[in-house]
Amino acid sequence: MNWTANDFHIILVGGLCAMACALPGTFLLLRRMSMMGDAISHAVLPGLAIAFLISGSRGNIWMFLGAAIAGILTALFTQWITRFGKVERGAAMGIVFTTLFAIGLVLMRKAADHVDLDAGCVLYGALEYTPLDMVTLFENETSFFAVPRAALIIGATLLFNALVITLFYKEFKLASFDPGLAETQGFRPQLMHHLLMTMVAVTTVAAFEAVGSIIVIAMLIVPPATAFLLTKNLPVLIIVSLIVAVLSAALGQVASHFPPLLGLPDTTSSGMMATAAGFLFLLAWLFGPEGLLKRQSREIEAPEFD
Amino acid sequence: MTWELLSETLRLEQYNTRLVVLGVAFLGATAGLVGSFLLLRKQSLLGDALSHATLPGIGIAFALMSALGFTGKSLPGLLIGATITGLFGVLLVLAIRKTTRLKDDAAMGIVLSVFFGLGVAILKMVERLPGQSAAGLDGFIYGKTASMVWSDFVLIAIILVITTAVTIALLKELTLLCFDANFASTQGWPVLWLDIILMALVTAVTVVGLQAVGLILIIAFLITPPTAARFWTNRLGWMLFLSSTIGAISGWLGVSISALYSNLPAGAIIVISAATIFLFSMIFGTARGVLPRYLRHLKLLRKVGRQHLLRSTYEILEETQDTKPLKNLPIPIDLLRKHRYWSKGELAKLIRQARSEDHIERQPSGELRLSESGFGEASRITRNHRLWELYLIKYADIAPSHVDRDADMVEHLLGAEIVHQLEAELDLSKPTIDSPHTIEPKELVPLSKPTG
Repeated sequence: MNWTANDFHIILVGGLCAMACALPGTFLLLRRMSMMGDAISHAVLPGLAIAFLISGSRGNIWMFLGAAIAGILTALFTQWITRFGKVERGAAMGIVFTTLFAIGLVLMRKAADHVDLDAGCVLYGALEYTPLDMVTLFENETSFFAVPRAALIIGATLLFNALVITLFYKEFKLASFDPGLAETQGFRPQLMHHLLMTMVAVTTVAAFEAVGSIIVIAMLIVPPATAFLLTKNLPVLIIVSLIVAVLSAALGQVASHFPPLLGLPDTTSSGMMATAAGFLFLLAWLFGPEGLLKRQSREIEAPEFD
Repeated sequence: MTWELLSETLRLEQYNTRLVVLGVAFLGATAGLVGSFLLLRKQSLLGDALSHATLPGIGIAFALMSALGFTGKSLPGLLIGATITGLFGVLLVLAIRKTTRLKDDAAMGIVLSVFFGLGVAILKMVERLPGQSAAGLDGFIYGKTASMVWSDFVLIAIILVITTAVTIALLKELTLLCFDANFASTQGWPVLWLDIILMALVTAVTVVGLQAVGLILIIAFLITPPTAARFWTNRLGWMLFLSSTIGAISGWLGVSISALYSNLPAGAIIVISAATIFLFSMIFGTARGVLPRYLRHLKLLRKVGRQHLLRSTYEILEETQDTKPLKNLPIPIDLLRKHRYWSKGELAKLIRQARSEDHIERQPSGELRLSESGFGEASRITRNHRLWELYLIKYADIAPSHVDRDADMVEHLLGAEIVHQLEAELDLSKPTIDSPHTIEPKELVPLSKPTG
């Protein structure tokens, strides 16, 4: 196995991204809106394409804005269709994100005449290439310290998410567990909802170029769900899901080196990170305090009569 | 592009597009049929999880077939692989839901993202396998409609015919499952197996659709037509029919339009066509559309306003007169306004409305007076209100001093039949309970007696 500094950088970017996603993901899970992450990460496509068609280049502030707006619109449209059309939320979400995705595909096809911008890069990202684009943070005669540019962007996103959640912790908590009570206490659960959606959209967009939407979707859902099986305490839930997120990134990168050992070709880091997260979930599902195995043994010891 | 070319394409006169249009329209119809049950079961996004979960299967099937020396990209093999991991993914969703505290959305999200990640990892690996070229396998993510050939078409048609036949054969069971799973369970129906059969049907449609519209856009085929159809009808049969039709039309329009412009991906245009139909249905749909519902609401508001106005007028007449046969005298507007604390604008609007309906006349002095039909209507409405009050006092134990407001909220919905029942129930000739108002049986009875 050829382990290099690149692996460290990839884990750094992947891990930061996983943590940035796990934070809003925890509250999405509590609000039973986990699929929103999936919807938003597909629906940012037209925002990217339009911003690209307007500005003419990729990787700038316009792309970021366009995608963030598209993400927030997804949440809004879903809410409108649910409220005014009285459609179930899952169905509304499905209609909105597939439609926006389709519009995005058409626009991208138009944009593709001008420059290389394909949907594949949105899905897969280019995690493996992040070490090629380094930024030097600190340099003197004896040593220097450089990190991938993507790590800075995603690190900033993580800080932003952490800041928002720390500032509005009480509000998020109440709005997640009892929106009705939050409303009567004057906490504006709707506002919290929009803030959460903005966080998800911003995180998705910040992460898409570096790591692709696969990691974003997986890390929004799987680490919080894994933590959910291990604890019933909210602060612990958040911390455990952050740990699971980082572990998934590290484990995924390590695992991406295994196929070549077996004589198989190389594979993507991002796909393996999502797979690793799934593996950790499986462990929690089987061996956690309420896990399948515990449940079995408990049932053998003391059958429940109800 | 000319108009002739457009109409030629839409009428399937171009051989190139005919096959694709037929295949995709058939797919749309079947997806609309199966998707209806998915929507009613409130599991629309399961199609999302399912379609993503097919990806590892495609990669594995390709690798296996290549390793065994077959053509890696043979469609039946790939579809079998997709079916296996797709079904496995759905079973995992059901298992997570059953054995943990996690809810639907999380279970679907976990399966979706992990399987998709795994699928992408496998595809990347397979692409770098020596020997066969796997280029184009990721066409399953976005679809490659135009590449459909005769053998693909036959395979797709066979699967769709079987799916449709099974759905129609199990119509009763699936309906029961969607509308009242608990009842089905207590009646001894194998609910879990029905759920699994429904999932198998969805899997069949999804797997077939992968080739045509891609794994992300097939979700739209499963969700959008049924949701659009739901706005037009409250009957299941009609909904199934409409949903299939909308699916077929979207497929037909999408393929035709994309055939005219070389640059448009067919899958995306299909989805956009379906979404356009959805938007139209959501606004204009006769059963649940936003506009008809809004109009019905306005109509009800008008009715409530009219009834309040007439009853207030009648009550003022009662309060200002001592003699019993009530005389229809003019009353000043101010008195009316204070009676229900209307604002000036509100009252003016109500009066305008009542005048256009010929219930109220404006006297030269500026006072208001009920017309002959208005007087009759007002006495009927007042009487209904009091009947309802009596009923609430007698059977719902509401204090006589509070009953007016409660009655106020329901009385507008009282139909003739219910009024008859109230009359029979309350037996007005024997006033045994306190009423806040006087109801004279003699005055009240002249309506026709309830029959039977």
